[in-house]
Amino acid sequence: MSVRIAIAQCAPALGALKRNLDMHREWIGRAKASGAQLVVFPELSLTGYYLKDLAADVACAADDPQLTPIAEASRDIDISAGFVERSADAKLHIAQGHWSRGKLVNVHRKVYLPTYGIFDDGRYFGPGDRFDTYSWAGGTTGVAICEDLWHVSTPYLYAAAGATIVLCPSASPGRGVAEGGDLGTAESCRLMDRFYASYLTVYVVYVNRVGHEDGIAFWGGSEIVAPDGTVVARAPEFDEALVLGEIDTELVARERARNPLLRDEREDIVLRNIAGRLGLPFERRD
Amino acid sequence: MTNVLARTGVIRPDPKDPSPLRIDEVLVRKMLVLFIRDETAKARLRRAVVGVSGGVDSAVTAALASEALGAKNVLGLFTPYRNSSEESRAHAHEVSRKFGFTLEEVPITEQVDAYFKDRKNVDKVRVGNKMARERKSIEYDRSWPDGIVLGTSNKTELLLGYGTQFGDMASGINPVGDLYKTQLRELAISIGIPDAIVRKPPTAELWVGQTDEDELGFTYADADLVLYHLVDRRLRPADLIDHGFDAQLVARIRELVRRNHYKRVMPLIAKLSLRTVGHDFLYPRDWEAD
Repeated sequence: MSVRIAIAQCAPALGALKRNLDMHREWIGRAKASGAQLVVFPELSLTGYYLKDLAADVACAADDPQLTPIAEASRDIDISAGFVERSADAKLHIAQGHWSRGKLVNVHRKVYLPTYGIFDDGRYFGPGDRFDTYSWAGGTTGVAICEDLWHVSTPYLYAAAGATIVLCPSASPGRGVAEGGDLGTAESCRLMDRFYASYLTVYVVYVNRVGHEDGIAFWGGSEIVAPDGTVVARAPEFDEALVLGEIDTELVARERARNPLLRDEREDIVLRNIAGRLGLPFERRD
Repeated sequence: MTNVLARTGVIRPDPKDPSPLRIDEVLVRKMLVLFIRDETAKARLRRAVVGVSGGVDSAVTAALASEALGAKNVLGLFTPYRNSSEESRAHAHEVSRKFGFTLEEVPITEQVDAYFKDRKNVDKVRVGNKMARERKSIEYDRSWPDGIVLGTSNKTELLLGYGTQFGDMASGINPVGDLYKTQLRELAISIGIPDAIVRKPPTAELWVGQTDEDELGFTYADADLVLYHLVDRRLRPADLIDHGFDAQLVARIRELVRRNHYKRVMPLIAKLSLRTVGHDFLYPRDWEAD
């Protein structure tokens, strides 16, 4: 079975939720018209990324009426979009929701909040505390928001839990303009996408934004990489683009038959090793 | 194939190896054009004003702005003082002709001389600073109501603090502030800035015979490599000296970076209340209207 995914490589306005909602509706319409079953927006697509103190101003609960237009728009096409979630206990999270058939079916809260260099996530947001998979028409899926994907354990945990798709909504700033190569960040991201896809035999759907915020350029270059390492689709760098790619739900099985790394994975050894190091009890069950 | 070697080899601090400073000019040009276009629009402005001195930094800035906004939306200002050279004027006009933007001449001799006329013991640094601030005040005046003032201070000048605070260092946005002087020259050649402008000795022309490298006491090529390893690669001064860099040069550059840091940050505000501009009232500048 083939499932068409649309990547909305857009440039959200910083701190302008209403404008971004209109922008989303427009891109969702285009994705729907092109036959996509899921449209994926970048990290914090409804609010913009470098929010600083604006984070509290644009935050809302996952079931806030302000997000109803997204739920409404998801009747004929699944939507994955980013927003600032205010939890019941008033913590702010960088969140990615998945809306399907008019309902919010999954929320992932960014676990790894980069707070170094040009990043200050940890000052303004609280971390998520789990990597849970969920299912939709495309298959079992895990969401890794930007920095989440840079931690090797994130896609590993998703693959171990049965995910065949890792969605990675990002707001990746472009940097590194040395001669003789691509943009430094682009090289790193492509290496990650292809490595995870090939060695965990999953689809990696990397969705980056474009545009500028306070002098920092987001470089785009979104892509879908298949479990056989092929790049199914790739967006241009720095320009807005709606990019379509097909996910072949049987390719995962074919690749895993050829390359059963995941089947042979020894989670018990991983767990025993970590539990031992942290002094946690671990009981062997064999 | 030198570029491939530069990319695949280990980057070592070596006073004889400037290759780590090389940039991908095509990529940089694209990023800077998009930067000018996008950030000007986010400021709800549509024109750019650039002080065009005849030197390479402002030539690159004006050329990039012309590509980003269209040459008809770029105003270059050549603001000569009585000691400014004919060569500078010729170069400013050459760049304007080549990239198609309008260049206006606004002399600053009268107002600067009038201000200093009856003042005693005025040293040349004060006159130079006054000239730099006079020029910037004219750029800001001419930016009204729909233009943004583009900065032309490069990364070397910013890090060394080699500039006048609220003078040449002032701007709305600065496209070239993350390029060392030697990188900016490389970019200049690739976007077609005339050779004579790229190759001539850099000068602020604040007094007759002034050149940057004489005044600083070292060359841009040397300074850029030291700064690159200290700043971009986060090495310590002692690491550079161990690798054969001149100890005095490294110490002097490090001290200039430290001493002039105040020029690179917003003025300090005395913290009193529960929430203070600059301290804990932290909003992005590109804060957009909903």
